[in-house]
Amino acid sequence: MQKKSGFWFKFNELAVPQIILFGYTIVALFPILLTIMNSFKTRKAIFSAPWMPPTLDTFSMGGYYTVFERSSFQYYFLNSLIVTLVSLFLIMLTGSMAAYALSEYKFPGNTLLGLYLALGIMIPIRIGTVSILRLVVDLGLIDTLTALILVYTAQGLPLAIFVLQQFMRQVPRELKEAARIDGASEYRIFGMILPLVRPAIATVAVFVMIPVWNDLWFPLILAPGERTKTVTYGAQQFLGQFVSDWNAVLSSLTLAMVPILILYILFSRQLIRGITAGAVK
Amino acid sequence: MQQLSGKRRKPFPTHIFVFLIPATFIYTLFMIYPLLDSLRLSLFAPNADGVETFVGLQNYAALLTDELWSVRFWGALGNNFIFFLIHMFVQNPLGLLLAALLSRRRVFGQNTYRTLLFMPTMLSVVIIGFIWQLILSPLWGIAAGMMSSVGLEQFFRPWLGLESSALIALSLISVWQFIGIPMMLFYAAMLGIPDELIEAAYVDGASSWTVFWKIKFPLILPTVGIVAILTYVGNFNAFDLIYTTQGALAGPNFSTDIMGTFFYRVFFGFQLQLGNQTMGATIAAMMFLIILAGVLLYLFGWQRRMTTYEV
Repeated sequence: MQKKSGFWFKFNELAVPQIILFGYTIVALFPILLTIMNSFKTRKAIFSAPWMPPTLDTFSMGGYYTVFERSSFQYYFLNSLIVTLVSLFLIMLTGSMAAYALSEYKFPGNTLLGLYLALGIMIPIRIGTVSILRLVVDLGLIDTLTALILVYTAQGLPLAIFVLQQFMRQVPRELKEAARIDGASEYRIFGMILPLVRPAIATVAVFVMIPVWNDLWFPLILAPGERTKTVTYGAQQFLGQFVSDWNAVLSSLTLAMVPILILYILFSRQLIRGITAGAVK
Repeated sequence: MQQLSGKRRKPFPTHIFVFLIPATFIYTLFMIYPLLDSLRLSLFAPNADGVETFVGLQNYAALLTDELWSVRFWGALGNNFIFFLIHMFVQNPLGLLLAALLSRRRVFGQNTYRTLLFMPTMLSVVIIGFIWQLILSPLWGIAAGMMSSVGLEQFFRPWLGLESSALIALSLISVWQFIGIPMMLFYAAMLGIPDELIEAAYVDGASSWTVFWKIKFPLILPTVGIVAILTYVGNFNAFDLIYTTQGALAGPNFSTDIMGTFFYRVFFGFQLQLGNQTMGATIAAMMFLIILAGVLLYLFGWQRRMTTYEV
């Protein structure tokens, strides 16, 4: 038996976890850092000293010039931003309305409708792609951002409704009853509840937003045109064409990565609190 | 009717409809209708004039037995199971290990590790796929250089280009990216374990190893099931990584072909082959059945037995 005060006991209990965590953090981060670092170097330095950060001698923005000259990255960003923000807005608005009705009112079929709306949490929307494509063609929406927005809204709604519903149930009844007695309309009460579930809204927002920004499948199928390219799809196309131009490849990867990294660092606390909320509740 | 049962007749509850209709409408039109319509399409095929006519289960029979389709179908299905098993037995245990270490008391820099370890999960699969392609490329020599620095250079191979190793390499890249999800779910579950329980065990002289296997692990078993089913659904829905690194043909020689890439090629077409929408719908229906089978197995085989564990 080991003694609790022994050196090896302390080493096992305190140092080993630290070493494993640190080691894996390096494994998790080095590909990202290597890409960002090398995107600012000359072609020669990328190959001769890939592990060195850029120095005054090896610094180069050449790759970024190529990316902006040969592609419309700035428009891809704009498209991604429009698609992500508009679908996010629609998901949060219509999702919180539905979640409110499901959690607040007793009406026949309430449970059934809740289950129906939750189906999409487990069933991937991609399964219906053949018919989604036909529908989008029939509606004349092919190669439009509107098509992407509608599909992503449908994709995000199930999780949003499910989670928001749980949180709205926790809002005290008395609050709503008091407002009703004061003669507030049901719409007004809904508007009053929303700020109370703000933390849940923020968490859900991050969760539904990331897959939308990162998606390749639907832009590839529903909106492959140059005018409607999103960052993820635009980067994929650009990378395919410029495989041999390492500066341009590394720069476009960095450009596609950085917005998400910044957003993640800003909201990571919120996000992680959201994931672990169920446990700490 | 609920609204008539009260003493006072309430007005028709228009507001309930106003709240429910927008979400239900968009969801039904773009999610449920396409799903059902795809299932319907899987029973049709274009005839000689190109008009879609009802053919019963012929598409399914062709997919499973006609060599034109069945070779690729069984190949993709088998590869997809390998892809899933590697996630299940590499990603999830590793995620559990990281979560167990993170949730211990007296771990310095816990929040920082948590944030950094989850970072790759947030990025687009397209970006991750390309970055790893560059790292594993013999041209750049990052992987080769790392191996030679520890004297293993003779074992370096262009893994993504070899039929024997491409699928495993891609699975591990995907594991590297998505390990954050099981890690976070296990971590959250472990935070939920009451402190007194763990404290008591430590006071009794248990080591962290014992505490983990005797207390923490049994209590987070329900999460093991959730992680397994999420991994399963995610893996049978995968596409982006293979398409980005190996192209729609899932090379070399279809060795990395999974259901997602097979579905894409058949329904959308590639190079000179035209898309076949009804056959594509049949493959999608098979994917639906595979995912449904997994979900049902989870709900009735696992979750039901788990309820006895809940405190």
